[in-house]
Amino acid sequence: MDLISLFVKSVFVDNMVFSFFLGMCSFLAVSKNVKTATGLGIAVVFVIGITLPINYLLNTYILSPGALSWLGEEYAQIDLSFLSLIVFIAVVAAIVQIVEMAVEKFSPSLYASLGIFLPLIAVNCAVLGASLFMQERGYSSLGEATVFGLGSGFGWMLAIVTLAAIREKMAYSNVPAPLKGLGITFIVVGLMGIAFMSFMGIKL
Amino acid sequence: MDKNIYLKPFWTSNPVTVLVLGICSALAVTVKLEAACVMAISVTLVTGFSSLLVSLLRNTIPNRIRIIVQLIVAALFVILVEQVLKAYVYEVSKQLSVFVGLIITNCIIMGRIEAFALGNKPFPSFVDGIANGAGYGVILVVIAFFRELLGSGSIFGFKIIPDAAYQAGYMNNGLLILPPMALILVGCIVWIQRSINKDLQEK
Repeated sequence: MDLISLFVKSVFVDNMVFSFFLGMCSFLAVSKNVKTATGLGIAVVFVIGITLPINYLLNTYILSPGALSWLGEEYAQIDLSFLSLIVFIAVVAAIVQIVEMAVEKFSPSLYASLGIFLPLIAVNCAVLGASLFMQERGYSSLGEATVFGLGSGFGWMLAIVTLAAIREKMAYSNVPAPLKGLGITFIVVGLMGIAFMSFMGIKL
Repeated sequence: MDKNIYLKPFWTSNPVTVLVLGICSALAVTVKLEAACVMAISVTLVTGFSSLLVSLLRNTIPNRIRIIVQLIVAALFVILVEQVLKAYVYEVSKQLSVFVGLIITNCIIMGRIEAFALGNKPFPSFVDGIANGAGYGVILVVIAFFRELLGSGSIFGFKIIPDAAYQAGYMNNGLLILPPMALILVGCIVWIQRSINKDLQEK
């Protein structure tokens, strides 16, 4: 599959939020205004974009069955794939720590507004989910893995910025009291999901 | 022991509908009731035991690296669950695909460890973990019940809607099998819960 169509596919057709429900927690909690949402979106794109190539290399050369054959004949039988969860999550946690330090140094205001959600990117399921999908679907080259990662990240960012824009507008509308806040947000996300389903039939 | 620890997660501080934790899997695995039940039990066990272990270790974990330690503890139990599922209920584990692995990043686990297990004795932490997992499981099962009943006309794979109803023009609502309807169902549950319990309404 060529890279551009893979990118478009992972942004629109296989959108992390609307077709797999990944990264929902921070998606719902940080989408109150567009500025913070954009900041978090960029952080997520960055983290996925770095972790996916790293995890791809780890998966290909260390974890998957027979991957250790470059060490010598006797290692070719070893299958470490049961370790992949722990390795992936450790890589994600380490990268998040680095991004956190970088943001704190270069943009203190963004750091203050992201608050608790910056360390929580480590447990943003979109990040780990992208790595697991990469493993499950067996992308065949480093380039494909990276493009898939960037695409998923952009898809997530697109979704959170759109939702934040809708919620900003919705602050002025008259929502029934029990639905205010969380309830109506769920329903809006559901409707956005139905809209995104129109991309589903597209063959790339 | 304070009974709020095991009662609150079911209603006033339910992880899914009030605290907004662990939404991802609540939506993705609820097409069939069977998968939802397996998921609910797995999450309950992982939450309970990782709270227990972190609580036992709580005085030895350095504050700076606690997130990584918590993730590794959660990952340990998730890998155990994953291997057990693969060995005994292979079909269901295929259906759940990456979502078993994603239990690690289920915010309920991290949330309970951060908010409760790090500051409390092992036994209350264990009960708190189990109760929160179960509170999540209840919502999961409710959503899956409606999605499977209305979407495929069955419960646990057994046909519930009689053939006569189909001949009379009844049709399964295919929309409920698709992902977005799960969100709308959760929205409705939140709506009902907040209509009954006015304290939870947002200003």
